[in-house]
Amino acid sequence: MNTETGRHPGLNLGSGHAEAHGEAEALVFGFWVFMMSDLVTFGLLLATYVTMLDNLASGPGPKDLFELKPVFIETLVLLTSSLTYGMAILSLKHDPGRRLRPVLAWLGLTLMLGLAFVAMEAKDLHALLAKGGAPQRSGFLSAFWALVPLHALHVSAAALWLVAIAAQIWRFGLDTPVKTALLRLGVLWHFLDVVWIAIVSVVFLGGLA
Amino acid sequence: MTAPVEAEDETGTPDGTPRQELRSYLWGYGLSLLLTLPVFGAVAWDWLPRAALWWAIGAAALAQVAVQFRFFLHIRLKGQAREDLQLILFTALILGMMGGGTIWILHNLDGRMGGP
Repeated sequence: MNTETGRHPGLNLGSGHAEAHGEAEALVFGFWVFMMSDLVTFGLLLATYVTMLDNLASGPGPKDLFELKPVFIETLVLLTSSLTYGMAILSLKHDPGRRLRPVLAWLGLTLMLGLAFVAMEAKDLHALLAKGGAPQRSGFLSAFWALVPLHALHVSAAALWLVAIAAQIWRFGLDTPVKTALLRLGVLWHFLDVVWIAIVSVVFLGGLA
Repeated sequence: MTAPVEAEDETGTPDGTPRQELRSYLWGYGLSLLLTLPVFGAVAWDWLPRAALWWAIGAAALAQVAVQFRFFLHIRLKGQAREDLQLILFTALILGMMGGGTIWILHNLDGRMGGP
């Protein structure tokens, strides 16, 4: 059996990356605490949304506004980006030559999937406005606009962070700050996928069922 | 999936050998797809009555959250130095109280006010 224990959420780099692995413990745990507070934010916005479901003020409801197909494609895109991010971390961890290219390639693919998700989401929200689904229309729509675009905003911020880290890799190579930043962004990236599952299930699948 | 790490593990990390780690991510991806596709199908083509559909959506969502915590965020039931799991469970408790309480109280209020 393995004697070394996991020190933080997300993939542990292990003793092959001793310095980054040591520093990662406090940094990633701290980030994890922040992520959990973010989870409470999303959870309470979801609860608010549920309490607002009947407050349509004679405006359009879920079945008038939502479409399943774009949400389905967005779900697959975000899920796949979680996998490609995992591949980026794995190629960081296991490439003995410490080559930059595999890490950057996986990060680039992840970024493209993340941006595709945000673009599709923006298009959906735009279509919602055209159907009379503005946030001021009803309590239901206010709660919707507080919840779903906030998640898209999180993904956008994560994409921006990814670009910043990629630039640091380009400039400084895979040094310890870059490695620990990649571990923290990984926690955020996978976490945003988990939040999206909750949103899809309650808002879109629940609303269209 | 939860098989013990082999004794000849040379990487010395809790996530297992490189091959096991790759397999873990692919398992997570595969299980997530398996928990996503049928639910979308059931909603798109009305496979179930409405109440059963809602239960199925909820169950699949909870299962997928557990899958992603396990395979992507590497949260385990044991073998961790930090209290990551306790933090999740505590957050879930807070969320259950505040989120569940919000829905309960406002639904109750709605009923008393003769809402829609």
